[in-house]
Amino acid sequence: MAAEGKAIDALSQFALTPVLGKVGASVGFTQSNAFMLLAVGLTAALMIWGTARRAIIPGRLQALAEAAYEFVYEMATGQIGEEGKRYFPFIFSLFMFVLFGNLLGLLPYAFTYTSHIAVTFTLAVIVIVLVTAVGIAIHGWHWFSYFKPPGLSPLLAVLVAPIEVISYLSRPISLSVRLFANMVAGHVMLKVFASFVVMLGTAGFLGFLGALAPIAINVALVGFEFLVAFLQAYVFAVLTSIYLHDAVHLH
Amino acid sequence: MADRDDFERRLQEARTRQGLDAAPKGHGGGLPGGAWGIGFRIGVELVSALIVGLAIGWALDRWLGTGPWLLMLFVVLGVAAGVLNVYRVAMPRSGPR
Repeated sequence: MAAEGKAIDALSQFALTPVLGKVGASVGFTQSNAFMLLAVGLTAALMIWGTARRAIIPGRLQALAEAAYEFVYEMATGQIGEEGKRYFPFIFSLFMFVLFGNLLGLLPYAFTYTSHIAVTFTLAVIVIVLVTAVGIAIHGWHWFSYFKPPGLSPLLAVLVAPIEVISYLSRPISLSVRLFANMVAGHVMLKVFASFVVMLGTAGFLGFLGALAPIAINVALVGFEFLVAFLQAYVFAVLTSIYLHDAVHLH
Repeated sequence: MADRDDFERRLQEARTRQGLDAAPKGHGGGLPGGAWGIGFRIGVELVSALIVGLAIGWALDRWLGTGPWLLMLFVVLGVAAGVLNVYRVAMPRSGPR
């Protein structure tokens, strides 16, 4: 599909198409939404079935569920402190949603919903609204002193406060752009090198030999993309924890 | 094998003394490194603060009708906030903040 007409079409893989026939088209239910539901379903299935037997010696599924749980639990309590337990469900849901989005997107024919800025920015806005709400709920009006570094003359504080506010508001943008850009870049690279394979492979015997190089690159890239999928889900969750730490502890 | 173990131990001690091994990850740190990752992160931090500054300045100008002046002011503040973001990425968080 990519090499038709001798043009590399690396971006059509991110196009949204309605699924579920007429019903899906009328309510705007796209393959992106379908994969979100699949990710939620898989996460729920992993946790429900994984913990169903509660064996002392865990099976593979239970070990996976426990590893995921403990990984996020360590992250939440390590970054936020003891209070992190209260925000663990949120961080865990966020981490699993992003992780499954990244990983499902690596399957052939699958769609990566984390490659859309609309999705990642929505997640980041949820994070920043929650963090702000938590901060205000705990500290009340005192929370706004977050924008005024301690030990600063009032004159400088007037100058620094807008900068701090802008820095605070830039968090959701950097959080969402980082995830979105990483996923798009990875999938575009995979598609471009896959297109090279098709183009070279159809160009005679020498081309067939030459096509081995982009195939080798793609094999390495797929492995790298698995790393990126985990890493970006981790970064998203750990930054959420760091922001929550700031909201809970203020300075 | 005994002297080999001894060598490993002394090498480890020397490395720790010189600070070659990263300190064990604990409270505070937590973001994975890698030159590409850090570079990308810093770029995103700079640009995102600039975007927020631009958006605020543009919106305020539209609202108050104050020509390009607030836009110019908030672009400068956005760049400053971007540098602040980069400073926070570069400096360990376990400091005063």
